[in-house]
Amino acid sequence: MDIVRRGLAKRYRAERRFKAMGVLAIGASLLFLAMLFVSIAGNGYTAFQQTHIRLEVSLEPEAFEGISLSAADYAGLVKKSLRRMFPEVSGRGDLRQLYALVSSGAGYRLREMVMARPQLVGQTLPLWVPADDDVDMLIKGHFGGEASGSATRLSDSQRQWIDRLKAEGKIEKRFNRTFFTTGDSREPELAGIRGAVAGSFFTLVVTLALSFPIGVAAAIYLEEFAPRNRWTDLIEVNINNLAAVPSIVFGLLGLAVFLNFFGLPRSAPLVGGLVLTLMTLPTIIIASRAALKSVPPSIREGALGIGASKMQMVLHHVLPLAMPGMLTGTIIGMARALGETAPLLMIGMVAFIVDIPGSLTDPSTVLPVQIYLWADSPERAFVERTSAAIMILLAFLIVMNAAAVYLRKKFEKRW
Amino acid sequence: MVRKFAVGLFSLAMVAAFTPNAGAQSARDYISIVGSSTVYPFATVVAEQFGKTTPFKTPKIESTGSGGGFKLFGAGVGVEHPDITNASRAIKSSEKEMCRKNGVSEIIEVKIGYDGIVLANSKKAPLMQVSRKDIFLALAKNVPDPDNPGQLMANPYKTWKDVNPDLPAVAIEVLGPPPTSGTRDAFAELALEGGAKSFDFIAAMKAKDKKQYKAVCHTVREDGAYVEAGENDNLIVQKLDANPNAFGVFGFSFLDQNADKIQGSAIDGVQPTFDAIADGKYPVSRPLFFYVKKAHVGQIPGMAEYLKEFASEKAWGPDGYLSEKGLIPMPDAEREQYRQAVENLTPMPMN
Repeated sequence: MDIVRRGLAKRYRAERRFKAMGVLAIGASLLFLAMLFVSIAGNGYTAFQQTHIRLEVSLEPEAFEGISLSAADYAGLVKKSLRRMFPEVSGRGDLRQLYALVSSGAGYRLREMVMARPQLVGQTLPLWVPADDDVDMLIKGHFGGEASGSATRLSDSQRQWIDRLKAEGKIEKRFNRTFFTTGDSREPELAGIRGAVAGSFFTLVVTLALSFPIGVAAAIYLEEFAPRNRWTDLIEVNINNLAAVPSIVFGLLGLAVFLNFFGLPRSAPLVGGLVLTLMTLPTIIIASRAALKSVPPSIREGALGIGASKMQMVLHHVLPLAMPGMLTGTIIGMARALGETAPLLMIGMVAFIVDIPGSLTDPSTVLPVQIYLWADSPERAFVERTSAAIMILLAFLIVMNAAAVYLRKKFEKRW
Repeated sequence: MVRKFAVGLFSLAMVAAFTPNAGAQSARDYISIVGSSTVYPFATVVAEQFGKTTPFKTPKIESTGSGGGFKLFGAGVGVEHPDITNASRAIKSSEKEMCRKNGVSEIIEVKIGYDGIVLANSKKAPLMQVSRKDIFLALAKNVPDPDNPGQLMANPYKTWKDVNPDLPAVAIEVLGPPPTSGTRDAFAELALEGGAKSFDFIAAMKAKDKKQYKAVCHTVREDGAYVEAGENDNLIVQKLDANPNAFGVFGFSFLDQNADKIQGSAIDGVQPTFDAIADGKYPVSRPLFFYVKKAHVGQIPGMAEYLKEFASEKAWGPDGYLSEKGLIPMPDAEREQYRQAVENLTPMPMN
């Protein structure tokens, strides 16, 4: 008894130390996570706004005479309205600087408007057009106010014009809708993530449609039907091995098999989905087998006992009970596939793609690849857009993982 | 219900996976471009412009590196192979050989302009004036031994002052691209080799033992003074901003875009400005190219129009939109020469 009592204080201390270390470990990981979120959100939140400049564009009928609506010189009309706003600017160099305030996409926006409503021709309409990315960066304060003249991308006269526009209320930050509605662009103010989101969507549809049925079928067979022998052991070892194989290897496999052997098109979400299927299959099989294992034998025996065939037992009783666990594993596998770039590198999905993909065989890219490409672009404005795209990707991942937790909580049965 | 849906989805995917095989390959209605990551920022601008102003689809551009690009490009003729490859160096004879073997017999070579490679540091530090010889002595693995003329020794220099008494006593720390990068190749060839040649015995080595000459000129020291900072040049810019004693090696467009944070050191007395690179005064600049498979022109819709867009004055001219992205235009005569090559689809000699 004495021995126990003497050791007691020491054991309590040890336990407290152990608990403190656990709390510390969680605290540290939370801190890192918070740092990541704060730095990304701090860098990226400005990307959801875009500086716009208000122009009075007069759509003179002369500009549309004799040519189709689509062929008119819209960029010229935008330039003309800029000249009217700053009549004192002259000379080729100065005019070039003036035109550079407005994004090269302004003309396209005007064109879209006129194409949609041809009756606008002949009117003068107020139009908010996106400002050039350099102007945008200046307004958002990313250039550091004190630096002047030759040091930055904007000249002194451009800064004066911007100040005047500011004073007249003709320049303001508005919600950056372009970011959500367009594909990639080399002009930061015109770049969006819609193409990448669509690509990710198509890729994941293929991945889900293939990996879930195949994975579940494999798990059921291995767990419920397969005899225990050397072969199934070998298969099990291999599945566990595959789950740990670096993802780039699957990319190489995809290149060799799907592109070179089957001749599927490069850069297509279809091939991306096939490669990611290979990658997520082991995860799903392992999770599904664990879910099947957790169904107590009494259920199986009960079903068999009242005369169900083995297949009926599995499909009617075991599978529904194991489904939440399988879905959780699948969603986590999908979340991993959503964040993957390395295997896609080999099959040509790391590419500049402007057009938004409309089918499984259109060339496309995916969200993480888009982030990678933007992170490597020289333009300053891509820094915040990179962070904004990361925020979108994280949002998708959080939603998916939350869905996994919710499913588990909702359908989980305790025995 | 769920099961039916899953089964439906599964069979749909299987059908989708294995039927379009022939269809998708027999007709590609967009241009497929691969190649150098240095040319990528310029080619993409042209592609985007082309996609917006013509009825054709926007070309797809993969950034595979120059070598990877040639490998894909030279794999054969047909829609499953790319139409154009970008390169930050001229095609090698081994690559021409591979192209010829695979039936890619007619290739049009188009030079698009120049790219300056800069040695830059933070604006918080003073501007550096270096020569190519200084760069060689500071960064090469083996340098001439001042006590033993004609002999090489392992690079002993720790600070820039050790290299050249006129330079500040700051430890040598240069962040640059890894050996897989075309920028690194060009930097070694133009800056290091350019500096090495100023030593007569190394220059003489070229005639005697070309391999050894190359090894001496192109091998960068590995004792920590040169830090391989990966391919992401934005990262290097950020590191320079944080550490005013460090220097970075990257393409001119990154200096151009970050002119408020960093400055390009003057090399041999010339600062890397747009004009200095354009008229050839700045010594460390290299040409950029793309290569076109002639057999694909007319087969893939929009090829001729894309080439025309690239070779137009409003793209690669002195006032063109590519110059705004940091591409240094070619002189007028050279532009005209390549424009004609594009117009007449003149293939380059294959040997």
